[in-house]
Amino acid sequence: MSGKRSRSFYLLAGFFALFLLFLYGPTMTIAILSFQGPDGGLTFPMRGVSTYWFADLFRQQAVGDIWGSFSRSLVLGLMVMVTTVVVSVMGGLAFRKRFAGSSVVFYLVITSLVIPSILVSLGVGLIFSQSGLNVHWSTSGYGSQLTWTLPFGLLIMFAVFNRFDPSYEEAARDQGASNWQTIRHVVLPIIAPSLIGVALFGFTLSYDEFARTLLTSGSYNTLPLEIYGMTTNVTTPVIFALGTLTTLFSFLVIAIFLLTVWLQARRRARQGSDAGKGML
Amino acid sequence: MRNLLKNRHLSGWLLAAPLSAVLLLFLVLPIVMIVVVSFWGATEFSIYPAFLFDNYAFLFGSPVTYSVFFNTFKYAAITWVFTLGIGFTVAYFLAFHVRTLTWQIALFLLCTIPFWTSNIIRMISWIPFLGRNGLANSTLISWGVIDEPVEWLLFSDFSVILAFVHLYTLFMVVPIFNTMMRIDRSLIEAAYDNGASGLQTLTNVIIPLTKPGIMIGSIFVVTLVMGDFITVRFMSGSQSANVGRLISNDIALLQYPSAAATAVVLLATVLLIIAVLLRFVDIRKEL
Repeated sequence: MSGKRSRSFYLLAGFFALFLLFLYGPTMTIAILSFQGPDGGLTFPMRGVSTYWFADLFRQQAVGDIWGSFSRSLVLGLMVMVTTVVVSVMGGLAFRKRFAGSSVVFYLVITSLVIPSILVSLGVGLIFSQSGLNVHWSTSGYGSQLTWTLPFGLLIMFAVFNRFDPSYEEAARDQGASNWQTIRHVVLPIIAPSLIGVALFGFTLSYDEFARTLLTSGSYNTLPLEIYGMTTNVTTPVIFALGTLTTLFSFLVIAIFLLTVWLQARRRARQGSDAGKGML
Repeated sequence: MRNLLKNRHLSGWLLAAPLSAVLLLFLVLPIVMIVVVSFWGATEFSIYPAFLFDNYAFLFGSPVTYSVFFNTFKYAAITWVFTLGIGFTVAYFLAFHVRTLTWQIALFLLCTIPFWTSNIIRMISWIPFLGRNGLANSTLISWGVIDEPVEWLLFSDFSVILAFVHLYTLFMVVPIFNTMMRIDRSLIEAAYDNGASGLQTLTNVIIPLTKPGIMIGSIFVVTLVMGDFITVRFMSGSQSANVGRLISNDIALLQYPSAAATAVVLLATVLLIIAVLLRFVDIRKEL
């Protein structure tokens, strides 16, 4: 397995490169097409190069409310992100205790992951309409999205705690730390990088969620619903411009999260242990 | 109070309370509601409480139901084959042929980043590729492979499955790669030392040890495809149907009881498949 690369390495590397092209190719195509000239259509050839369609996004819209839906998606994403991190950490800590009935909760989490999204949408929508409540993205939409983000957060927490060395906690307790102090000063700092991962899942899965918000967001659309609405009645490259912008926004968010993880790891490597420096 | 908190069952439930509350309110109750409403009656514009088996009788009495369920299984099976083949190969390359951890992480991230972007945009982005005047057709024509544009590239079963594979292959890559990275490398050395060829090592050592990852990936892909309605609607140009579309069509017509009955049958089918797959893998141990 060492020395010269085998022929199968080059075959597999070629396959991998094709896979990446398959993954990113279409997105790059619409990124190029979003710079169509004002007379350009939804496919090649390019009729000139311009930023006309990006500018169009900022003009008065004939249909829909792109910027309103963007800000709703942003706020909802942040709400879901914070809730996912807090609830997943608490859930992860709970499952370590192997409390009676934990397997019921565990199977509910799995059900939440595998249930077809439209069922959550339909069920929550029915409950709200039958009890006379109005569906709204910040209530019914928020709860429905949590059924999708929490399972991912918990699966990450399971992975984290499977690799967690309990002797750190025992050491803290032996030194007289209370339960809360152990969690606050020992457990949380150790699992912090994974929490950034949970936050990334929480935000992006919410920001892009479609099916679970479909019947639960009420009269104010989130961005994916708005984009979906556009696919049926917009036939200009403006939809590619919007797609390119929101994909760029997603890349930016991902980059921020990954950079935070990387900086944290570097700081840790540089500072090493803070033993003996006290808690202040 | 202190002693009460020392009880792990009580403190466990307290910590799990927010999670349980969300699942109860937005998962269990909605499922109960769907089951209840599946027995209700409907007029053209409203629904009323009742205890009727009409919705189920209609569902099981209609030949459309069976062909739509068949279509759903067909999509799931074909997508599963392709995502497994591609996902396994990609994960195998990353885990066993990329040598440094830094490169493994970098290339792995490249594979997962699209997961955090919008599915709808990723579907839309196939249009300039597959359309009548799209890139694929014009390339094939310029190469002389075909004389006139192929019509079945977009708005067909082909484009539906292409989109599924495009969207969901990374659900195979991630768990399979995760399991492969935990395989003890000395087992592979041992296989080589005993004279196994590369292929023999793959089929006799690596594939059996990767099974849990394959199972988890399969659970994801099968449930995502079976529960989908938007990919089929969008990529088939409303020309193909699966169970999800049956439900969403009923919803659009305000026929909630009928939608609920279909949803109950779909949920039962999906949970049955998952229950079978879970017999082969202990998810909590594999994470």
